[in-house]
Amino acid sequence: MDAQSLITFAIFAPLLGAVIAGFFGRLIGDRAAQLSTTALVFAACAASWVIFLQVFSGSLEAFTLQYLRFIDVGSFTAHWSARLDTLSAVMLVVVTSVSALVHFYSIGYMEEDPHKPRFFAYLSLFTFAMLMLVTAADFMQLFFGWEGVGLASYLLIGFWYKKSTASAAAIKAFVVNRVGDFGFALGIIGCFWLFGTIEFAELFPQIAAKSDVSVAFLGMSLPAMDLLGVLLFIGAMGKSAQFFLHTWLPDAMEGPTPVSALIHAATMVTAGVYMVCLLSPLYEFAPVAKTVITVVGAVTALFAATVGLAQNDIKRVIAYSTCSQLGYMFFAAGIGAYQAAMFHLFTHAFFKALLFLGAGSVIHGMHHEQDMRNMGGLARFMPVTYAVMLIGTLAITGFGIPGTYLGFAGFFSKDAIIESAYAAGLHNGAAHMAFWFGLIAAGLTAFYSWRLAFMTFHGPLPKAHEGAHGDAHDDDHHHEPHESPMVMLIPLFVLSVGAVFAGYVFYDAFVDHHQAEFWRGAIYTAADNHVLHDRHDVPGWVLWAPFVVSMLGLFGAFVAYIWKRGMGKRVADRGGPLHSLFYNKWWFDELYDATFVRLTRVLGDVFWKVGDQKIIDGFGPNGFAATAAHTARRLAKLQSGFVYHYAFVMLLGVLVLGALGLWLSGVWG
Amino acid sequence: MMDVLVQQLFFAGAEVWLAVMAMVLLVVGAFVGNRATAAISYASVLVLAAAVAFIIGLNGHPRVSLFGGAISTDALANFGRIMVFVTAALAIVLGDRWMKRVGLQKFEYPVLMLLAALGMSVMVSANSLISLYLGIEMQSLALYVLAAFSRDNPKSSEAGLKYFVLGALSSGLLLYGISLIYGFTGQVGFAEIANALPTSSKVGVVFGLVFMLAGLAFKVSAAPFHMWTPDVYEGAPTPVVAFFSSAPKLAAMILTARVLTEGFALATPEWQQVLIVIAVLSMIFGSFGGLVQGNIKRLLAYSSIANMGFALVGLAAGTAAGVQSVLIYMVIYMLTSLGLFAGLLVTARQGRPLESFEDFAGLAKVRPGLALVMTLLLFSAAGIPPLAGFWGKFFVFKAALDAGLVWLAVIGVVLSVIAAFYYLKLIKVMWFDEGDRPVDGIAWDAGLVALAMALFVGPISWFVLPVLEPWALRAAAILF
Repeated sequence: MDAQSLITFAIFAPLLGAVIAGFFGRLIGDRAAQLSTTALVFAACAASWVIFLQVFSGSLEAFTLQYLRFIDVGSFTAHWSARLDTLSAVMLVVVTSVSALVHFYSIGYMEEDPHKPRFFAYLSLFTFAMLMLVTAADFMQLFFGWEGVGLASYLLIGFWYKKSTASAAAIKAFVVNRVGDFGFALGIIGCFWLFGTIEFAELFPQIAAKSDVSVAFLGMSLPAMDLLGVLLFIGAMGKSAQFFLHTWLPDAMEGPTPVSALIHAATMVTAGVYMVCLLSPLYEFAPVAKTVITVVGAVTALFAATVGLAQNDIKRVIAYSTCSQLGYMFFAAGIGAYQAAMFHLFTHAFFKALLFLGAGSVIHGMHHEQDMRNMGGLARFMPVTYAVMLIGTLAITGFGIPGTYLGFAGFFSKDAIIESAYAAGLHNGAAHMAFWFGLIAAGLTAFYSWRLAFMTFHGPLPKAHEGAHGDAHDDDHHHEPHESPMVMLIPLFVLSVGAVFAGYVFYDAFVDHHQAEFWRGAIYTAADNHVLHDRHDVPGWVLWAPFVVSMLGLFGAFVAYIWKRGMGKRVADRGGPLHSLFYNKWWFDELYDATFVRLTRVLGDVFWKVGDQKIIDGFGPNGFAATAAHTARRLAKLQSGFVYHYAFVMLLGVLVLGALGLWLSGVWG
Repeated sequence: MMDVLVQQLFFAGAEVWLAVMAMVLLVVGAFVGNRATAAISYASVLVLAAAVAFIIGLNGHPRVSLFGGAISTDALANFGRIMVFVTAALAIVLGDRWMKRVGLQKFEYPVLMLLAALGMSVMVSANSLISLYLGIEMQSLALYVLAAFSRDNPKSSEAGLKYFVLGALSSGLLLYGISLIYGFTGQVGFAEIANALPTSSKVGVVFGLVFMLAGLAFKVSAAPFHMWTPDVYEGAPTPVVAFFSSAPKLAAMILTARVLTEGFALATPEWQQVLIVIAVLSMIFGSFGGLVQGNIKRLLAYSSIANMGFALVGLAAGTAAGVQSVLIYMVIYMLTSLGLFAGLLVTARQGRPLESFEDFAGLAKVRPGLALVMTLLLFSAAGIPPLAGFWGKFFVFKAALDAGLVWLAVIGVVLSVIAAFYYLKLIKVMWFDEGDRPVDGIAWDAGLVALAMALFVGPISWFVLPVLEPWALRAAAILF
């Protein structure tokens, strides 16, 4: 098959799966729904890899395939299409690979759930929407995919909709994303307004010519590119849970764990990064927007890492870690190292999915226990999970020997980012800040990642789990922690391979000497942007710094949770200001609750009780209805039943109409 | 001379045929007695069917003026006559079976219906003031008797008497108007009046016209000449009311359109204003008046008042599109109304007909099919798309908008929302109110008519409207 058919197949196979499982799931049964969706996504994954390898080897040219017209109004046109270039090829393999493994894993993880077809339908629907997003050739389809993944995310976070926290988390995710999407939509509208098109292929070449156009916005005169860049980035902030709009991501952990792995770690949340890289032709002409991205990314990387230090829920730790890693990707893009951002996105997908699925295995083995304080010593109950989680931890902490090509996936990508930040920071304050923030965050990452590993797998198992388990589970459960079935372990092995080798294998193509041949224009770098090249010239201490801080982090975690066991707990119990700050997530939820939520509620109350009930209902429907009933009763009185009344009304009518006629008639016009 | 007469009698064939057959059937009935009622009823239906067939045969023939310009056969007259005859036939079918069930079966019923249909046939083809009056009176006299048909029932007698007294008054007004116009123009033919208008006294003509309009408004039960309607609808036998609410209204509406546009085109700005007043008043009285009714027949009386108001909105536009919209509106209204009244006839409780809201409470539980049919008809009457009633209103309001009568259309839309309340109320009572008292068996004749009408306002109308629309336009176009 040629690449055109392959990509079409890869995009629509998951949709087919979603339709089969979603509409006919009850008809064909659980097993058939699981197998059909999983098989179709695996097929899509195979197709994606074939395409990617062709791109990787340079034998496939970029192309855009138009399927159908979407909107054609006046000068506004949008198409359903599939855009293939290196960027979308990378995303294709990331999305379909993780999705396929998650589908497979879910067969085991969701074994006891009564709504399997619905779950698999949502997963496949998500995959389809994500593929639409990454292969979009214009903003309209990008937005469609963007909202499609948002919908699937909403549905999956709230999958256990009977749990009120899950429903609330789903709504929160949806609402926070609306804020981002508002900016995003404004950005798209702005693009159309400025360029008269939303097709990337037509839009990008115009940017250089219009790079110094200014627009009036909120009473200020702003450079158009920066304004558009910031507006679009606001959308990315929402989707990728960046600082200020990050609050939904930890709550999204209410969804089933495979969902967290697929959507809230590997794919959907990286859509923002992908978009910024895709729009590199625009951002290269938007220095202010790039600075904003750098600062927000760096702050997020550090902020989320600090919060991750103090969380006790195994999934929340990983969620904040995701948030933090996304921050890395953004500031990499912000300083112009888009390739490094994409590279980190690529490797992160493997090791973060691995960590999440590993955590899922732990949760599964612990009978839905997620609090790490109730765990410990699981290494002897689930050795395989322990091993893969170690690989994941080594990968995320960026373990590797600087100056060599020995290291886990995260080593290559994260160090590339930190080096780039240093190189860019030599003549850019924001990048300099990002370098230091990124470095500190790397240390914190090591600490919380190892803390997770130590709290979960080492030490003694708390008493609660040795005897009867308090949960309302059937008695035929084994109450001891147990290793997960093969169906859940196989995806872990596959991802482990990725977490180990993805960095080494693709380093050269993504960010090193052959990056230009690999990307082939899919990412645009301005003539004065040498970040990727300059990073080779950084001093030696910069190369070693990430290694040192992550070792420090490892050492700290080792001390607090193994050597001086109980130290971590004592610090937490003491509840010092720093710990409270981190534990309470910098009080962002409380802050938002006190401001936006309460304000909105007050406004809503005013509009509802005063505006709607009193004014609109009072004078509108209800007042109107009362008036109508009143009028009707009075009219009914006229209807007396006496013929002479009727005759009188008739004569009166003739009189009035006659008078009207006389008044109207002058001479024949 | 002989040839001309034969030719004229040929083109008036439908009227001649109806007149002769009505007499024949009357004589048969007089000799055989009420035993022959069923046979006479079916014969009447056949007579009407034959008349329809004859008119369809005439269809497409250019306008022919008959009897010195008294009447003419043209597209509008053909349109009106076909509709009138079809509804009369349906009403005879409905009435005959129902009368039999309630022990009222008399052979005069079909004969009177034939005579009324003949009167309306003259009305829709009238081309002069004399034939206008003749047609109206012929129709009315038959209808007065029909209203009082259940003569042992005090309410029915009251209905007939009221109708007759007020009808006589309206005839007086009409005649007075006619005499004024004749006096000021010296003409009775519509075309001749139109020619004489520029040289006549405007005040006199308009004053006469107002009186004529009062008489015509009475016939379509438009406010403020509508007061008889609720009482007569409540008292008269239901099949008769079903007929009242349909064909006579269409005939009078066509007659009004014809006299106004053919005879008084020059006075359009004046009669437009008068019609607007009548239309607005009718919509107001019809919409608000229905809100507090407990009796369904009275409710439908107000509904028909409101509907005449909506139809007059189209007529007030004073354009071909306006007349077209009136024709479409009236056809849809007529059939919806027939369906609703047929629905009232379908069942009963221990022989007592269902007439009040309480009677309909919970009908959906005991007779879901009937409730569904009624619901469809009521939704259509309320103007809910995609049912036919919506399209009727759409055409009427669009005609008004195109003629620049924006505020009139706005009032119409607002009042149609208010009127929607009572239709929806009946739906709500049928489906959501408690009450599962048993009802008698289904009367299939009425049930089939109701079902047919429900199907008409529903899916069938989507196929009929594309045919009806150009047909009504052809009929309306001959006036301009």
